[in-house]
Amino acid sequence: MEKILFLAHTQPDGTLPKVALEAASAASDLAKKISGSDLIVAVIGKNAKAAVKQFGSLAAEKFLTVSGNEFETSRYSSDVVALEAIARQAAATFVMAPTTSRFSRVLPGVCQRLEGRIDTHVSGMDVKGEQLTIQRWYYRQRMMATLSRRTRPWFLVVDSGVFEALQGTAKEVAVEEVKVSLPQDIQRTKVTGYESAASGGAETIRPDAEILLVAGAGWTKKQSDGQVHIKEAGELILNFITKNQASLGSSKSLVDQSSEGQEVLSFMTHLNQVGQTGSTPRHAKGLSTCCHGEEPHVVGWRFINDRRAINLDPNCGWAQGKADVLYVADAFEVMAKINKLQANKSLV
Amino acid sequence: MTTGYHIVVCGTLVPDPLQTLEPVQSPAGPALKNEAMLPSVLDPWAGHALYEAAHLAKSNQGSKVWLVSLGPKAKLQQLMMTIAQKAPFELVVVDGSASGFTDSYEIAKALAGAIEKIQGLDRSRLLLFGGCASASRDASVIMQMIGERLGIHDQFLGVDELKAETDGSLKIAERVEGGKYQMSVCAGPPAVLAWATGNLPEPPNNPQIGMANMRNMMPAIQKAQPAGLAASTIQYAGVEVPKQQRQTRIVKDIPAEEIAKDILNWLKG
Ligand SMILES: Cc1cc2nc3c(=O)[nH]c(=O)nc-3n(C[C@H](O)[C@H](O)[C@H](O)COP(=O)(O)OP(=O)(O)OC[C@H]3O[C@@H](n4cnc5c(N)ncnc54)[C@H](O)[C@@H]3O)c2cc1C
Repeated sequence: MEKILFLAHTQPDGTLPKVALEAASAASDLAKKISGSDLIVAVIGKNAKAAVKQFGSLAAEKFLTVSGNEFETSRYSSDVVALEAIARQAAATFVMAPTTSRFSRVLPGVCQRLEGRIDTHVSGMDVKGEQLTIQRWYYRQRMMATLSRRTRPWFLVVDSGVFEALQGTAKEVAVEEVKVSLPQDIQRTKVTGYESAASGGAETIRPDAEILLVAGAGWTKKQSDGQVHIKEAGELILNFITKNQASLGSSKSLVDQSSEGQEVLSFMTHLNQVGQTGSTPRHAKGLSTCCHGEEPHVVGWRFINDRRAINLDPNCGWAQGKADVLYVADAFEVMAKINKLQANKSLV
Repeated sequence: MTTGYHIVVCGTLVPDPLQTLEPVQSPAGPALKNEAMLPSVLDPWAGHALYEAAHLAKSNQGSKVWLVSLGPKAKLQQLMMTIAQKAPFELVVVDGSASGFTDSYEIAKALAGAIEKIQGLDRSRLLLFGGCASASRDASVIMQMIGERLGIHDQFLGVDELKAETDGSLKIAERVEGGKYQMSVCAGPPAVLAWATGNLPEPPNNPQIGMANMRNMMPAIQKAQPAGLAASTIQYAGVEVPKQQRQTRIVKDIPAEEIAKDILNWLKG
């Protein structure tokens, strides 16, 4: 009989990340489809008991928690011990969890301790008979595989934006606190805080945003007047993303300029980079500006369905079937007009 | 007193990102069409790890860097021609498939086994480096699994900065959600650091470093041990390249104001 363990953790502010609610509905769905299976829900965090109520509407056999100050922040050495204890207590054959930085760091280690197998970035699931198959991408979103495993426990770490988030109100549930004995050397690593990657602390990465604006190296290149206009570029971009609560992505060439010592957009970092050696964000719409749309960049757009681009070059990569619409135009001019039209609207 | 770090970097080759990849079925499961012929590069994030390792070793006397690569040895030999001049390291080769479709569990086992056999490696000074994800499997799991096999419980994923403090501790910045870094202080080695981009540009070629590296590279490739991967427990039902060709509508020769309005309508819709 399969025991499906769903894992979540609280964030530093005590709340649950949205992707945890999505993974919860995937786990619940799996439990419904595999006949005779049990669902077990577990949460770790400083005040996991309060957070676990969010999953109270699930038909779970048990609700497990690991709570306390040691589990407030994300740290490998303490998380690995707690999650191993949970998985053992649950006698899990499937472990389902959301893709977060905390779980991405620790779950492979937990899986190793249990001699299980792990698949991350799960982007689809299907049950036929008693067999679960999953989908995940290989070679940085260049091909998609459908696969299954017989070895248990099988750890499945699911990506955000794939499953519907769990609906339903918080509900009081009977909770079992799992005993965890932390080893002595747990304090070898101390989490000291958080820092914004961008100088000045501008917040530009918004994973849950509807729109992704991508800026390419063209913004820092000489324009038709023979000059560079970095300050103006920065203002146009920041204005747009603030007004539209958009997330900001970048090409590699643009973010590499800082390590190459060129004048740069101060709010842009490697964390903004989209593509082969950057991120693959999920947003409903993406607008690319001053970016050529080369393949190593565009693989990062795999999960952006509705794509438009502004580029001076009618033969840029976006024109080769990579965008739905390519505006052959000066992005400085177009973005200035967009910002102006939006500013005027908000005055009305 | 012994000083310096023993830095082991795990990294291998991946197909050049500018190549078009096509999946095919092989007796061992899915593979890439013409896989043996595809031009390859050092896996980019593992490359950053290697450059960070070389930099750290240079600024901490008594340090040493190993690069442990699991891949087909003939292709690794070619790859070494391009990276041997970038940073001083001793190569350890495990001969086997560098495909993304292999089982991460088996790869971690083979790599941990190779690291355990490195002569003269002081595990109390060990910093185990690698990329935060490969450009083949893209799973972000191997480094943690090797760490567990070697009994290292201070682990960091998505590292962009490592600072060795004068008291021996390590200050580490790891990527977390929302464009932020989680900052940690680790008492010192042993630790696992799976690197993101880091802060260093790709080093220029240095022929002297290349010459020194080459002396140990050929013997390392010759005495490469087979990876001995057990049959994968993954059952692949299929691998496909999604249809991605769009009918791009090209809009030109219209005023910026019109384009701006069109984009605003699209954003609203
Ligand atoms: C191993 C490897 C990994 C890589 N990984 C990535 C990755 O993860 N992400 C990534 O992005 N790239 C990646 N690349 C690099 C990629 O191949 C391209 O070099 C890069 O994406 C180019 O960036 P860009 O389009 O911003 O710059 P450029 O190629 O310089 O293009 C600038 C564009 O701006 C346009 N432009 C200039 N001024 C204006 C204006 N006023 N209005 C409108 N358009 C204007 C120009 O027409 C041009 O098309 C990788 C490459 C390699 C080899």
